[in-house]
Amino acid sequence: MTRYNEELGMRNEELRMPGSNRAADSQRKKWKSKLCAAQFIPHSSFLIPHFRLCLVLVLAAICLTACHGRQGRSGFEVPAEFDAARTYEITFWAKNDTNKTQTDIYKKAIAGFEALYPNITVNMKLYTDYGRIYNDVITNIATNTTPNVCVTYPDHIATYLTGDNVVVPLDGLMDDARFGLGGSEVRFEGPTRGEIIPQFLDECAFSGATYALPYMRSTEALYVNKTYVEALGYELPDVVTWDFIWEVAEAATKKDADGVFAVNGQKVMIPFIYKSTDNMMIQMLRQLGAGYSTDSGEILILNDTTKDLLRQIAAHAKSGAFSTFKISSYPANFLNAGQCIFAVDSTAGATWMGSDAPLLDIAPENIVRFETAVRMVPQVDPEHPQMISQGPSVCVFNKEDPQEVLASWLFAQYLLTNDVQIAYAQTEGYVPVTQKAQGDASYLDYLNSDAGDALHYPVKLQAAKLLLDNTQNTFTTPVFNGSASLRDAAGALIESVTKSVRRKQTVDDAYLDKLFDDTASLYRLNQASGRSGMTSGGDLGPLPTGAKALLGSLLAAWVLLAAYAIAGRAKRK
Amino acid sequence: MKKILAAVLALIVALSLCAMAEEAVSYADYVAADLDSEVTITAYVQAHQSWWDGKVTIYAADQDGAYFLYEVPCSEEDAEKLVPGTKFTATGFKSEWSGEVELADISNFEILDDDTFVSEPVDVTDLLGKDELIEKMNQKVAFKGMTVEPSTIEGDENEYAFLFNWDGSGEEGNDLYFNVSKDGQTFTFTVESYLCGQDTDVYKAVEMLNVGDVIDLEGFLYWYNGANPHITAVTAAE
Repeated sequence: MTRYNEELGMRNEELRMPGSNRAADSQRKKWKSKLCAAQFIPHSSFLIPHFRLCLVLVLAAICLTACHGRQGRSGFEVPAEFDAARTYEITFWAKNDTNKTQTDIYKKAIAGFEALYPNITVNMKLYTDYGRIYNDVITNIATNTTPNVCVTYPDHIATYLTGDNVVVPLDGLMDDARFGLGGSEVRFEGPTRGEIIPQFLDECAFSGATYALPYMRSTEALYVNKTYVEALGYELPDVVTWDFIWEVAEAATKKDADGVFAVNGQKVMIPFIYKSTDNMMIQMLRQLGAGYSTDSGEILILNDTTKDLLRQIAAHAKSGAFSTFKISSYPANFLNAGQCIFAVDSTAGATWMGSDAPLLDIAPENIVRFETAVRMVPQVDPEHPQMISQGPSVCVFNKEDPQEVLASWLFAQYLLTNDVQIAYAQTEGYVPVTQKAQGDASYLDYLNSDAGDALHYPVKLQAAKLLLDNTQNTFTTPVFNGSASLRDAAGALIESVTKSVRRKQTVDDAYLDKLFDDTASLYRLNQASGRSGMTSGGDLGPLPTGAKALLGSLLAAWVLLAAYAIAGRAKRK
Repeated sequence: MKKILAAVLALIVALSLCAMAEEAVSYADYVAADLDSEVTITAYVQAHQSWWDGKVTIYAADQDGAYFLYEVPCSEEDAEKLVPGTKFTATGFKSEWSGEVELADISNFEILDDDTFVSEPVDVTDLLGKDELIEKMNQKVAFKGMTVEPSTIEGDENEYAFLFNWDGSGEEGNDLYFNVSKDGQTFTFTVESYLCGQDTDVYKAVEMLNVGDVIDLEGFLYWYNGANPHITAVTAAE
């Protein structure tokens, strides 16, 4: 079983006990691993190899190689013709949520595309983790063995772009009259550029060009045990505020002398669990109008508002009202067991949420019956809601042969056809990225169905509608080289204070100052201001006991030696 | 005077080393330690998952019990030194994630060269489905005389001896899932691909399984909301 680090929902299966059906974990987004990789360890007695540094060095090497000795790969230009007499073999690195239906849709899409283009063979490699794709791409950039088409995030593409013409800017291809979106010589009915939801396409434009096509979009949702909210004496509003969620979460922490929580009669209750704490911090800051970063990459996150939020979060973590996926486990598991009231996770994880969820990770006998409500993520100002836009995009990698790139582009474009878009969107609480698919009669029938079966699971449909109804209220963070690291840092701040209070450490001003210094150093957030990320002058904390003892012994040894030398000299005199 | 000085220096160094070593707790004390408390253990590597992103996850044991060290910060070179039996000391926080008790956020990890230890698998076949099984968490365990049962994929009428990923969504190289039964009870076991990849004997052995085969298995008793053994060896039942 593995714990992945990505946005969507997947699970492994586990030992299945008689009479139970415990599908063990695995996947989903911001995985536990990222936190541990990110932890600054001031008491460490050994140096932690910093993988991101290695990535940067690899990329730097690529850049230097391009400048000195080797002619870098030239930029891509759309060929005048597509040579259909030749055969092409392209690789497609695809991300799925450990979801058989999703992988089947990919396979069906490839078969459909190859039927239209018999001279193009698409070889798919399946991933369940964006982080793995990212690292593999970085590794393969160095050896010129990148895939042709890859499911990825814009933040990651920004890092790929530090190479030399590694990723193809798609504007020329999209607008090409023959092979572009809706082009005259494209052998399938794809969307025109104007039919891609503008906001989603804009998310793929940075560094002066469009470097990806949106593939699927989701946002985060608040999945609520409405039954427990009402049992605590509250009425669930249409838009939940942070104040409301903290108040109810604190109320739910009441337990008797035996440690049994009043609200659920169990010994376990974590009222509020957030899956992706990077999104939590990003959305809180956005809703408060506080700094995160500028478009050009200036880091603003280490500000007083962030400190206030961390103090608040630490207080609720200390009382047991709040925890995170990385610290506790999947919010859905606790929600479905009646051990959580507010679970924030991707809309693309909706099929795991609720007493009747089609996908379950806990034994049926542990499931508690309750009414599941779906709301937008908690807000500061309900009148002006703001929520993150996320979801996979696809990019096309540059190759020496422009014909191969064109073949790759045609496949990438095929992923936006209605059949692929609608089928994939229905696997989870995703929404298609084209107006063409969103307006298709079959998709509308799906959305409005009250069949209540697994395909039309109401919680999933509500989650999808949440994004469709609020697309204008979504936002993304600026994309630049380093934005992926900044995102990690945003989540790590929350994880750090939450862990610290659980470990009986004090989260005060001194702690937060040090946390900021450590975070800036570890995530190289100070690079933009010209400081070296590896030579932060921050306080590294007290020395470990063993080191103190060793230093003490050395000092004592020197004192004794000096005393001996002085005594010897005095004796000679 | 010189002898006295040498003796004092030796004493200081010895005391310093003792100060460094005395922090390690016994397995019993580790079990008794509160969650979220910082502990230092001394144990022996039994296996580890593949190094990735500057980290390695270790299955470890001493003569009294077993440990799971989640994502130890480590260079790839150092990870290669972690052969079964290697003694080490590690400091981290005792944590629980989905029922798995582990040492996480490791702040100190040091290989010790004084001795080695490789645990023998404990036969827990009779504990399957019982509450006592949790007491063997993370240990090297054995299951004897298990019968391979069919696995199915939603929407697919075929029966399979194993699946790539829990729902059959994966491909060669991903985790393997297969069902085995004993005394009328069926369980799902896993070949964790980060522990035993597609080139390992166990991965190949599971790919060769047929429904109805009777097999013996070994693995580490990982936990995920219940027992979730990571299988490391499969042989025909003796």
